[in-house]
Parts: sequence; structure tokens; C-alpha cells
Amino acid sequence: MSLHEWPILPILTFLPLLGVLFLLLVPFDDTDEQAKTNFKTTTLWITVVVFALSIIMYLHFDQTNAEYQYIYDAQWLSSGIRFRMGVDGISVLFILLTTGLMPLCILASWSSVTKRIKEYMILFLILESLMIGVFSTLDLLWFYLFFEGGLIPMYLIIGIWGGERRVYASIKFFLYTLLGSLFMLLAILVIYLETGTTNIITLQEYDFAEDMQKYLWLAFFASFAVKMPMWPVHTWLPDAHVEAPTAGSVILAGVLLKMGGYGFLRFSLPMFPIASEYFSLFVIILSVIAVIYASAVAYVQDDIKKLIAYSSVAHMGFVTIGIFSLTHEGIQGALFLMFSHGLVSAALFLCVGVIYDRLHTRDINAFGGLANNMPRYAFVLMIFTMANVGLPGTSGFVGEFLALLGLFSYNAVLAFISAIGIILSAGYALRLYRCVAFGTPVNDRVKAMSDINTRESLIFSPLLILIILFGFFPYFVLSLTELSTETILLGFDESLLEKFGNFDVYKWLAK
Amino acid sequence: MNDYTLIFPEIFMACAAMILLIAGVYIKNIKQKIEKVVLLVFIVAIGILIFISDDSGQLFNRAFIHDSLSAHLKIVLLVSAIFLLILCHNFYKDDKQIGYEFDILVIFAVLGMMIMLSANSFISVYLGLELQSLSLYTLVAMNRHSSLSAESGLKYFVLGALSSGFLLFGISLIYGTTGSVVFEDVALLMNPQDMSNITGFGIVFVIVGIAFKISAAPFHMWTPDVYQGASTPITALLSTLPKLSAVIMLLRIVHDSMPEFSYIWLNILMILSIASMVLGAFAALGQTNIKRLLAYSSIGHIGYILIGIVASATQPELGMEAVLIYMIIYVVTSIGSFAVVLCMCLPDGMTEKIEDLAGYSQTHPVMAGVFAILLFSLAGIPPLAGFFGKYFIFLSAMKAELYALAIIGVLSSVVSAYYYLRIIKIMYFDSYKQKLLVPARENYYVGALAALLVVSFFIYPWLLKDFVGMSLRSFFNI
Repeated sequence: MSLHEWPILPILTFLPLLGVLFLLLVPFDDTDEQAKTNFKTTTLWITVVVFALSIIMYLHFDQTNAEYQYIYDAQWLSSGIRFRMGVDGISVLFILLTTGLMPLCILASWSSVTKRIKEYMILFLILESLMIGVFSTLDLLWFYLFFEGGLIPMYLIIGIWGGERRVYASIKFFLYTLLGSLFMLLAILVIYLETGTTNIITLQEYDFAEDMQKYLWLAFFASFAVKMPMWPVHTWLPDAHVEAPTAGSVILAGVLLKMGGYGFLRFSLPMFPIASEYFSLFVIILSVIAVIYASAVAYVQDDIKKLIAYSSVAHMGFVTIGIFSLTHEGIQGALFLMFSHGLVSAALFLCVGVIYDRLHTRDINAFGGLANNMPRYAFVLMIFTMANVGLPGTSGFVGEFLALLGLFSYNAVLAFISAIGIILSAGYALRLYRCVAFGTPVNDRVKAMSDINTRESLIFSPLLILIILFGFFPYFVLSLTELSTETILLGFDESLLEKFGNFDVYKWLAK
Repeated sequence: MNDYTLIFPEIFMACAAMILLIAGVYIKNIKQKIEKVVLLVFIVAIGILIFISDDSGQLFNRAFIHDSLSAHLKIVLLVSAIFLLILCHNFYKDDKQIGYEFDILVIFAVLGMMIMLSANSFISVYLGLELQSLSLYTLVAMNRHSSLSAESGLKYFVLGALSSGFLLFGISLIYGTTGSVVFEDVALLMNPQDMSNITGFGIVFVIVGIAFKISAAPFHMWTPDVYQGASTPITALLSTLPKLSAVIMLLRIVHDSMPEFSYIWLNILMILSIASMVLGAFAALGQTNIKRLLAYSSIGHIGYILIGIVASATQPELGMEAVLIYMIIYVVTSIGSFAVVLCMCLPDGMTEKIEDLAGYSQTHPVMAGVFAILLFSLAGIPPLAGFFGKYFIFLSAMKAELYALAIIGVLSSVVSAYYYLRIIKIMYFDSYKQKLLVPARENYYVGALAALLVVSFFIYPWLLKDFVGMSLRSFFNI
């Protein structure tokens, strides 16, 4: 019996929930150290098993097949709204990102989270379930369920284990996202009433009337733009990032932000091609503003987490640039950039977590000279900072380069302006590195900080290896999403596609 | 020829109540025993209802209708009443002031609601409503220790009497123009072509009278005060069962007796709906008393239900399905929430201040989890049951092209999410000053059961949908 006949996607999605059920039933005493360790170990094992399963799923995934695979279909609300699952290359990419980051998150919280371990682990597992669900469902209503359901655990994670202004940040995060998403819900209802189904495969082939496409596109845009986040609705992100615990920031930057981009590629482009083309310039201009503005704002931040948060906004700007350049290169670049940003920003937040655990501050001026007493830390921080800038040889480069390539064929002037953003990003990243790693330590406490331990090295090494690996061999990722990207672009006018020539550079990268 | 088996549950309950009332006079210390007997009465009534739920027919010159809609909803009503009674009994366990009359009043109130669910003429509407209301006035004022309770009882009585007056006035106008009180005859005899203003007035007064009973804004003034003044289990009763029966009654009235006049009641209900949603969202923001907050929240939820009724004017099946699903989910969630509110007990007595919940998640993790789930559901966050309620309501609104209502509904649900989040914030993010007492077992189980239903709803959403579909089948065949 081959893996394709197994309901592997439902298992993958609901396995963490089973773990939650198990953890719920085990009594827990907050003063018992042994119990705490047991809880952490159990959760770590659950996430590792899920990761292993997703790897198996990836290995059996047929990259030469453009269709959705591992289809699972079961009765649910009505004949049009069923429990459907299935993945294409794009989904597989994000599922791997999610399941891969989870064990790292649990490891990162090992000693930094000390109170209410049981709730913490339960919420992270619920979140994992919902995130895998978002990327593997093939039903619009289920997508909404998973997409919105993620708000509950994230709200509690920020609010319970967050920093000083956690209440403000968590409620802002919740209400912002809820407002955007409810418009998407109304759009989903309209789609259901129009077509009688919420099956994503059917809907991607359905021809919506032009006016309707525009309204629906805007409603989906309201939700995804907040989630991305795009300028000017990005203001929840710096707050949420700063206040969230380290693992929360990692998940937020690594996976939750990608749901916006995933949504654009899964729904907006294939279902509403006319509207996507119509609004593409609008989105690109917003994105270019985001790139320049967020990079400039990042430069003046003193809070390290806030700096990385703004750099995320800038990178997400490149993602939307790539997607709405509506070219093969641009979309592939956006996908690659999302994946790479998932690794890099996660790594950077983990880096902040390391020094925060030791000194309990995130002020950029409170450190200095870490290269002396923490050489290994300084080394990994350097690699991750460079990857964030997009230095060739790291994964950060490929995505930004391809996205800009897409934009260049769309509009050369805008491409030129947004390229300035990359220079600015070098500015803030180098400032961050200089203040933290070089110079003289500001006090003895900084000087006394110990270098990263084995657990922390264990967290950083896979990220480090992958970032370099994908920097040199981008085709691992590009070939996975190649056919899906082509399928997305099939919906567009051929005349539109002919306008843009094929770039040889891209072919070389993707080979 | 009347087939009295159809009204047998009501006859049984009325007889049981009267027999218990007489028994109470002769037997000493009957309070403990009567509590169990009353539960038994309810269970037997449910059994009879299940037995006759496939039959349908009309009795007493068509004043009383028994169909799948009334049968199914009576079952829902009685099951909810059992859980509410369990909460009440636990609350009044040690209260010597509350005698055995309490349970009998509850039976009469539920009996009134059952008649409302089966009402097919304006006379039975009025009879059911009054039986229910008179019992509830007494129940609200029953707590003799508290001046708030007496005040709220009086307030409820005066405004309730006013609204009954409105209703009766409307009924008399309709009777005056048509010469009948039976819904189908009224529908036939009211001619939209040569309609005098009198009929229009009648319709408006009837709707306003019912709007008082379901506490739709701007006829909600009594709700926060009465909810606060009544003892908590009575508040739980008030916020669920009367609304369930009054909403179904309203559905029957507008669809059976005035289908041609939707252009009148549609606009009224639309305004009521918008006012309720907006008021429910904004007025609850500043509340510090949990019962007042839930009162405003219930006004908001009535606003959403009214969207469904408005949508049912053009999309009868989708709209009514949405109303029933929303209502049932709301009843379950509310009962669970009040079970948690009943657990808010400090060493020196019950408390209703929201701040006293601070750190609840650390002192009582399970109850806090239950309350958080119920509140997220009330806020309509997927994948909890409350989301599906909103989903069906918005679906019917979109189908009926009520875009403005849907968008106002969406915006006010974001605003109202804030105050639910605030309670969760107090329970989970703040640390405790005073420990609340360990909850009683009954409250614990009722709350946990409600939360379990709310959480697991997404696995089998079609069960409720099919149940509602079955209830509505009879309604569309007539």
C-alpha cells in the first residue's frame, strides 16, 4: 500500500492535537521539576515525529506532477463544503517549514519558559495543528477555520508569556487580524453562494465575473494584507514581535506571516486573475513603500526585536513585489524568499532569545563586544545577519534577486527604487551587528555572558546549514514549487505573459 | 375531532405542577424531594415529546399547533431547563428563604414557553407569553434579602406589563381589521391592496411587544438591571429560554400571519437588528459587572438572530435555519457561561466583579479554560461553535443580499470581541489577589459539558444542521 493511499495529511494535521489531548489528561504540578522536563520532552518528541512524518510526505511527493496530491475527502457541513485536504509544491514547502521550526521552538523555550509549562506546550501544539491545516486544506471554509483559529493560541502565548506591554500587543494583534479576516469570511460566503462549493480545486478553475473578482479580491486582500503585513496595516507586527516570547516570535515571523503570501498565491492569483492584474500596480507600490519605509524605520530602532520586526515588514514587501509582478521569476522568488525568511528571521529571533535569556534586555546599546566572550555566537549571528541582508551565498540573496528580477520586467523604475531598500537593509543589519558583536562591552555583566551551549548550538546548526545550502543550491526549493507556479500563471492572459521575456539567469538558478 | 395526545406534554406538566403545589402544602420538608421530582417531570415530558415528535396537527380551533418545529424545540427547551435547574438547585441548596414554590414556578414558566412554541393564534401567543412572564417576574423578585432583586423584579414587571399591553393592543387592531386571531386566517384576510393604516399599526405594535421580550434594542432598557438584580441562576434562565421561545414565536408570527407584509416588519426588524448589534458591542465595553456585561452581550446576539429573521423574509429556508442554529448554540454557550459565573465565589460570598476573576487560570485552570472557550465562542472565533452560528447568519444575509447588515454585523463582532478578550485577559494575563473558592461539582460539570460541546462542534457540524433541517421540514410543507 503506497503512502498516497494513506490519509497522511489529516494525520499530520491532527497528530499534534492528539498530543494535546494526551497532555491535557496528564496531571501537572507546577513545582515538580521532573514533571516539567517530562512535559517538555513529550512535546519535543511529538513535534519531532510530526516533522519526520512531513519529511516522509515530502520524499513521496511527486514533483513532476502539477496536480494536488495526497487528496483526502470526507463528508462535512454540506455537499459543497467538505473536509478536503491535498498538497501541491507550495503547500509542501510551507508544511516543511512549519514542522521543521516547531522542534526548534520547543528547544528554544527549554529554559527560558519557566511558568505554566503545561499550558505553553499545549498552546504550541494546537498552533502547530492549525498551521499545518492552513497549508494542507483544499476547502475554503476549512482554510478560514485554521487561519482564524490560530489567533486563539497566539493571543494567549503573547499575553501570558510576553513582555511588559503584552496585553496591549496581544489584543492589538487579535483585533487587527480579526477585522481583516471577517471580510474574507464574507467573501467566502459570496463565493459559496455563487458557485455552490468551497472546493479550492473547482474554484481555481471557475470564471468569476470581472466586477465580482474585484470585490472578492479586495476582501481577501484585507485579510492577507494584515497578515503579511503590508504597509500601512503593519503596525501590529512590531508590537506583537517585541512582546512575544522568543518561540512565539519565531512562529510569528517564520510561519504566520507566510500565510498572507500563501493566501495570495493560493486564492487571489488563481481565482481572481483579472482583479490581480488590475490591482497589481497598487500592491507593488504599497510594497515598494513598505520596503523603503520599513528599512529606514528599522535603522533607528534600539530594540533588537523591533529592528528585526521592521526588517520582516521590508522582506514581506519583497514577497508581495514578487507575487504581483505576475511573472514566473517573481513568484518563484517570492516563494523562495518566504521560505528563506522563515529560516532567517526565526534564526535571528532565536539569536535575540539567547542574549535576552542571559541579560534580560533587548536594548541594542546594552551589549557590545560579544565577539570576545561569545565567539561562536558572534559567528552564527554574522551568518544570519548577512543572510538577512541578502548576501550572495546565503538563501536570502536568491529570493530577493528573483523578486526584483520579476519587478524589473514589470516596471524598471520601481525595481530601481526597491533595490535601494536592499542597501538600506545592509545599513540596519550592519549597525545591529556592530553594536552587538563589536566594540567594547558596556559593562561587566556583558563581559561575563557565556557562549552558546550545546542545546543552543543544536538549535542553530540546522538553520545555519540550510541557509548556506539553499544559498548555493536554490533548486531544492525552486524545483519543488516550479510546477505549482506555472499552474498559477496559467490563469493569466497569454498576452500578459508574453510581455515579459524569460530570463536565462532564472533557468540557470533553477537547474 | 381533537387529538389530545398532541398537547399531552403540556397537560402533563400543568397537572404535575398543580399536584406538586398541593402536595407541598401537606408534606413537610418537601423541598429536597421536590427538586428530584421536578427533574423527573421534565424528563418524562421529554420522553412524551420524543414519542409524539413525528405526529403533527392542530388543536382547539387551530390555536395550538404541534409540528416538528415545536416538538424539536420543546425538547431543546426542556433539556436546557434541566441543566438550568441543576444550577439553580445547587445555588439555593442552603437558602431557607427559597421554598418549594421555586421549582413549581419554573415548571409554569417552561409550560408558558412550550405554549409559545406551539402558538398558532394570537390568543395562544398571549396566553403563553403571560404565563411565562408572570412566573418569571416572581422568580426575579424571589431573592428577598436583596433590595436589588426586588427593584429588578418590579422593573421587569412594569416594563413587561407595558410590552404585553403593546402586544395586546396590536393584536386587537389586527383582530379588528380581519376578524380572526388564527395565523393562517389573518394572513388570508389581511389584504395588502386595500390595507388601511390600522393593520400596519397592529403589525408594528405586535413586533414591538415581542421586541421587548427578546430585549432587542431600543427596547432593551430593562435587561441589564434585571440581569444584575436577579440571582445568577435566574439570570441564566432569563437570558436563554424566554429568548428561545420568543424568537421562534416571532418567526411563526411573521411568516404565518403576515407573510404579505414583509415590507413593514422587515424594516422594523432591520432597525432593531442594527441597533441591537451596535449597542451590544459598544455598551458592554465599559462594564465591570459580569452579569451586566453578559446582558449587553445577549442584546448583541439578539441583533445577529434578527439578521437571520430579516433574511428569512426572502430566503425562508436559509434564514430560519440560521436563526435556529444560532439560537441553539447561543443557549448552550450561555448556560455554560453562567455556570462559570456561578463559580465566582469569594470566601465572603458571591461576587460579580470581573476583576475578581484575575489569575483564575492559575487558581482553577479547568474552569478558566472552560470560560475562555465559551467566551471565544461567543466572540465567534473559529473553530468553536459560535463561529458556525455567525457563519449561517452571514450566509443567509449574503444570500438575501443584505450586505449592509452583514458588514455592520462583522464590524460590531470585532468590537464585541474586545470585551470577551478583556475577560480572558483578566483570567489569563493578570495575577490573582484573592483566590476564588473551589467550584461546586454541578457547576463544574455543566460548564465543562457546554465547553466540550462548543469545542467539538466543528467535528460534526452537520448533526445540528440536520436536526434543524428536520425541525423546519414541517414548517415549509404547510
